Parts: sequence; structure tokens; C-alpha cells
Amino acid sequence: MPADAAAAADLPVIAVRGLVNRFGSQTVHDGLDFDVRRGEVFGIVGGSGAGKSVLLRTILGLRTPTAGRVELYGRNIQSLAAAERGALVRRYGVMFQNGALISSLNIEDNLELPLQEYLELTPDTRAELVRLKCLLVGLEPSAAQKYPSQLSGGMIKRAAVARALMLEPELLFLDEPTAGLDPISAAAFDELLSYLHQQLRLTVVMITHDLDTLFRTCTRVGVMVGGRMISDTLPALMQSDEPWIRSYFHGPRARLAGHHRAAEAPLHG
Amino acid sequence: MPAPLALQGSGDDWRLTLTGDWSLAALPAIEATLNDLPPTLSGVLVCDWSRTSDPGISSTWLLMTRLAAWNSALLAVRHEGGPPHTLPFLAALLTPVDAAGGAATHAEPTVGFVGTIGRWAVRQWWEARAVTGFFGRIVSVFARALSLPRSLRLTSVVRHVYETGITAVPIVSLIAFLISVIVAYLGAQQLSSFGANIYVVDLVAIAVLRELGVMLTSIIIAGRSGSAFAAELGVMQLNEEIAALQAMGLNPVELLVLPRVLGLAIALPLLTIVADAMGLAGGGLLSALDLHISPAQFLGRLHDALAPTTFWAGLIKAPIFAALIGIVGCYRGMQVRDSARELGRLTTLAVVQSIFLVILVDAVFAVLYVKLDF
Repeated sequence: MPADAAAAADLPVIAVRGLVNRFGSQTVHDGLDFDVRRGEVFGIVGGSGAGKSVLLRTILGLRTPTAGRVELYGRNIQSLAAAERGALVRRYGVMFQNGALISSLNIEDNLELPLQEYLELTPDTRAELVRLKCLLVGLEPSAAQKYPSQLSGGMIKRAAVARALMLEPELLFLDEPTAGLDPISAAAFDELLSYLHQQLRLTVVMITHDLDTLFRTCTRVGVMVGGRMISDTLPALMQSDEPWIRSYFHGPRARLAGHHRAAEAPLHG
Repeated sequence: MPAPLALQGSGDDWRLTLTGDWSLAALPAIEATLNDLPPTLSGVLVCDWSRTSDPGISSTWLLMTRLAAWNSALLAVRHEGGPPHTLPFLAALLTPVDAAGGAATHAEPTVGFVGTIGRWAVRQWWEARAVTGFFGRIVSVFARALSLPRSLRLTSVVRHVYETGITAVPIVSLIAFLISVIVAYLGAQQLSSFGANIYVVDLVAIAVLRELGVMLTSIIIAGRSGSAFAAELGVMQLNEEIAALQAMGLNPVELLVLPRVLGLAIALPLLTIVADAMGLAGGGLLSALDLHISPAQFLGRLHDALAPTTFWAGLIKAPIFAALIGIVGCYRGMQVRDSARELGRLTTLAVVQSIFLVILVDAVFAVLYVKLDF
């Protein structure tokens, strides 16, 4: 185990090499290269239509790329046999943009679903594990009996994170985690992410447009521009001369988010 | 393989040795041994983690809830041998919740037999009121549309005539043709024993024109378009598209329901005529092949067999069936709320109820025609 761990620590969790995705004549990704290392919170940003969702689906193995490779834990997800692929898939959890909770099941059953599929446990134990995950993400126990349509947007996102965490993944994917939340809920969600990231030692990959989330939570950011990926730490990206990146980080909204950061900094310090 | 945990010691001095795989995958085995622990314990308990690998939060959490079940005033727990890094924060989650005491479970009150009947009756009453209201809205919108042709949405009506009518011609033709071949074939077998082969023409003509043509078409269309109406409106309801229309001051009944019902009321009589023609063709074909009745003979007999009203007796029913199918489909679609399962349930209900209503109303017509001598 220790020797393995040392080797595994060096290996990037996700390695994307020369990824090309084409739809007919439209090229969305034109040779993407980037790594996500263990323990990072990696934010992916890009304009609408830059192919963020396509990238996510490709990394998850839901889509076969036109060319290039995606490796999760050093293994190419496309070339694995079904059983190995299943084992690999269980090492990541995904929160889709609108939660993607099963609408005809209540929250408790939604959370129990992966447990029921993979482990043979007594109902009491399953209920106990559901309670743990609800506590982790800050869902009240009373919410467990409700259906997704009865919950607010923020609660749905929390429940979706709880479901993504049910099988104890090491890697968590989030698609627009704070989209559609009010600033207070969004800030609370950022805090939840930082908390989970620290306590569970997760590697997090998130697509986000929320500059506050980027500033608060991400250790590294990848910008998708012109079919390629420029990834770096946030301060380094902010110095970039690339026009899209400049306008992204120095536009009116970014300046506002920056002001907030400046105002908050002493509090955290 | 050693057990995942072993309790040793006596009196006030206990040692819980955890061994082997403590990841999520080992949880079923861990769960079983946790249940074997004694119900009470006092003194000092040392929890030894040194022989575990990969302790996951689920397993750790289960162990901790089990440890917490022991009276904490009588037992002090100490963790040794590199407990998992998640232990402190899981412990922090554990405490406040036990104070709350899991008050969240409130069971549905049990309802007796009489109560069940009462609820059912009340629900039926609401349902009846809602359907009547829906029908009233359609009629009032239709009445207004007659005086204000702009709100008739002609383009939309035409689209639905196309989708429910023209595209259904092949399947309706095929089924009408085959069914009348079957009727003619079975009829011929019976009638030939009397040497009354020629009466197959009467049998086919009257059965197809009065009943089978319109009934078969209606049932096919209930399955084909009634379900489509319910599913379309249901998904629009789930996507809040109908709420958006209302918020823009548009009337969803005028915009969505009336064009569908009207389109179907135009398409279904036309389809019935197609079904009638194909049914007679099927009967004629079988008569020629099996009974050696030439097409000229068939047409001549057809002329004698039919009263002037036979064709109309069938056709009159078509727009009424169309209205039933359209209204039930749209009503069920508009009822969809919240979940994908509701959509499926109500679409099924739309088809089942419209077929039932079509057959029920057809029976009423049959009695009515006899009484009126139509």
C-alpha cells in the first residue's frame, strides 16, 4: 500500500492528451491537453459554446472523442472492459447541472439507489449512511422524505452532491454547482465544497461561471478558448494577455468579484 | 480472513481490534460483526486501527454510531493506531444529531376502510368537477374563437390535422383492410353452409360502415394521438412552458388544447372514410378470391344492402369520438406535475380512458339508433 500510494500520488488523477471533438464540420475541441492532480480543485471556465459540457461528458466516458485520450488514474476509460470500467466509474461522483435526481423517488431513495445497486446492506445501515451524507452536505433530515420537485434549487444541489458522495468517490465532478442560486446560497455552497474538499480529501473538477466560486474554492483554473485549454493558477491567469481571458477576468463583473475578495480578505486573515 | 473487528478484555478494560479492509466494499461484512457487539459496556475502550487499510467514511461512521450507542457516561473511548483522518469531523457531526433525536419520522396516519372509500369518493368528485370545468373552458374558448376567427389558430389546427390524420392513413388503412378480410372470411364460412354466400357483402358492408370503420379508427387514434397529446402537454407542463404561456397572458387552452381537439375532430371523420373504403375493398377482395363473387356483383349487392343512412350512422360518431379522445388526452397532459412517473401514469390513463369512453359512447349510439330506427 505505501509504495502504491507514493506512485499514485505522482500520477495525475485526470490526464487529457490531444483531445479532439468534432460535430460534423464544427470543431469544438482542437487538441486539449491538461492534467488534474490529486487534491486539487480544478475549475473549468469558457464562453458559452466553448464545449465545457462536451468535455465533461468525454472525461466521464459518456462520449467517445473524435481523437485523443482521456486517462483517469492512468487508465484510458474508452479502452476498458465493462467490469473494469464500472470499477473506475465508481471512483468518481458527478453532480449534474440541474441535480438530475430521479423525479419519481424521494431524496432518501435517490441517495440509497447507488448503495442498493452495489452493496448488500440492511435497511437500517442504508438509512444510517443516508443520514451521514445528509449531515455532510447540510440537508435537514426532514428533507429526506420529500421529492425533488418539493425542494428548493439549493437543496436539490445539496442532495445531488450527497448522491454523488454515496459511494465514497475520490474524485468529484460538478457541473455549474452554483448556477441558479442566490448569492447567499451560492456562498454557502462554496463553503460546503471547501469543507468537503478538505475533510474528505477529494479531488474536485468543476465547470463554473461563477467568479466568486472560482476565487473562493479553486486551486487551479483551466480556460477553454479557441478549442484549446490554458490551465494555470488563478493569479497567473489573471496576468495573461489572451484577449478572452483578459475580458473574462477584467470585465465589470470580475472587478466586482475582485472587490469583494479584497473586502473579505482581512476577515479571513 | 480474520473478522473485521474483535472485542477483547473484561471488567473495565476493553480493546476493540479492527482488522483488514475497512473500505466501503467491505461494509456488508463489517455491518454483520458490528451487530454482534454486546448491548452494554462500561469502563475504558481502546479502539485499535493499526491493522486496518483504507478506512472509508461510511464504515467509520457506522462504527462510531455503534460506539455512541453505548452509554458515554460509563464508557470512555480512545482511538489508537492511526485512526482515519475523518474521525474528528465525523465525531463533530455525530453529537448535535443525537440531541435532536431523529424526530423526523412521522408516519402517515392509518386510514380505515370507510376512510378509504370516503377519500376515493371525494377524489372522484373533485375529478368530475375538474373535467367539467376543463370541458367548459374548451367550449367557451371555442365559442369565442367562432366570433373572433383570429383566435382559432388555423395554422396549428392544420398541423394537427396533418399529424393526427394524414400520417395515420397507412396504419388505419392496413388495419381496416385486414379486419374486414377477417370478418368476411369468418362470415363466409358460416353463410356458405346455407348457400347464402352473397350475404357476406351485407355483413361486411354493414359491419364496416356502421361500427368497425369508426371504432377501429378511433381506437387506433386514441393510442396514437391521445397518448401524444398527453405526453406533449405533460412535458410542456414539466418544463413550465404552460406556466410561461399563462404568464405572457396567453391562454393555453386556446393555444394548445383547442387546435388539437379541432384538428382531431377534422381528421378522424376523414380517416373513418378511408377506413370504410379500405374495409369494403378488403371485403370485396376476399369475396372475389374465396367466394367467387365478381367485383361487379359485389358492387351491385352493396347497392342493395345499404340503406341511405348506413354510411352516415358510422360517420356521425367520428367527430364525437374525436372530441372525447382529444379532450381526455389534453386534460391528462395538463394534469402532469413534478415527475417523469406522473407523465407515464397520466399518458397511460389518457389512452385507457379514451378507449373506454369511445366504446361506452358507441354502445349508447347503438341503443339510440335502434330506438330511433336510424
